[in-house]
Amino acid sequence: MRLPIPLRRQVVCQQAVELVTDYLEGKLPPSARRRFERHLAGCPHCTEYLAQMRATIALTGRITPDDLSEQMRADFTELYRQWRGDQSDS
Amino acid sequence: MSLVQRYRPSMLRIASGYVPSPAVAEEVVQDTWVGFLRGLSRFEGRSSVRTWLFRILVNRARTTGVRESRSLAVSNLPATVDAARFDATGHWAVPPRHWADIVDDRIVAEGMAAAVRTAMVDLPARQREVVTLRDVEGLSSEEVCGVLDISDANMRVLLHRGRSRLRQVLESEFGRA
Repeated sequence: MRLPIPLRRQVVCQQAVELVTDYLEGKLPPSARRRFERHLAGCPHCTEYLAQMRATIALTGRITPDDLSEQMRADFTELYRQWRGDQSDS
Repeated sequence: MSLVQRYRPSMLRIASGYVPSPAVAEEVVQDTWVGFLRGLSRFEGRSSVRTWLFRILVNRARTTGVRESRSLAVSNLPATVDAARFDATGHWAVPPRHWADIVDDRIVAEGMAAAVRTAMVDLPARQREVVTLRDVEGLSSEEVCGVLDISDANMRVLLHRGRSRLRQVLESEFGRA
């Protein structure tokens, strides 16, 4: 049996975390996708990392309109007051 | 349901990302419809109506908003993952602790969605725009590019940074638990 030839451009973890979005968006070229998936197959940490990114996206999708506007409203009201304050000072 | 009614919730939500109050967001939305109708004769059908409409909306909201000042405070965010967590060969030195599957629990998800919500506000403006359109509103990546008038590569860089930042926030939330 032939030993697997060491890949010249093997993905390491630090590179893998940078490829996650392109992978999830389906934008990795086939060869890069294969390298990425090969890395995942042997790396439980990066597999967990990918799962965490998926979980993050799912949680972001749970934000309801009211949640977002409520949070931003409070935030903006304060910011707007400051801005108005700055305007009247000058 | 009319076009105006159908897009109203999304438009208000997107406009709220730029302007200080719901009343102003409402104005931006109305203003967008005026612009949409005025420009209708110039619409050539190269993009979907929704893309075109949201593009007008984002432009109006940007002009109206005072949002930019906020993002200055967080411009020095760490990389996707802190480089200190990898060893010299690029492998994990401090690997991620496991929490991805805990999020399936509904109760946990409620709490964590709240953390994401808060973190969204602190994202740099461009990243927040992309994450809002792609992951909150669920637009396709092509549509997000059309709305914001940016390249696909640029869109993915912003999306990557935004999502990575939100993951970091969740990681620290779970670390605390």
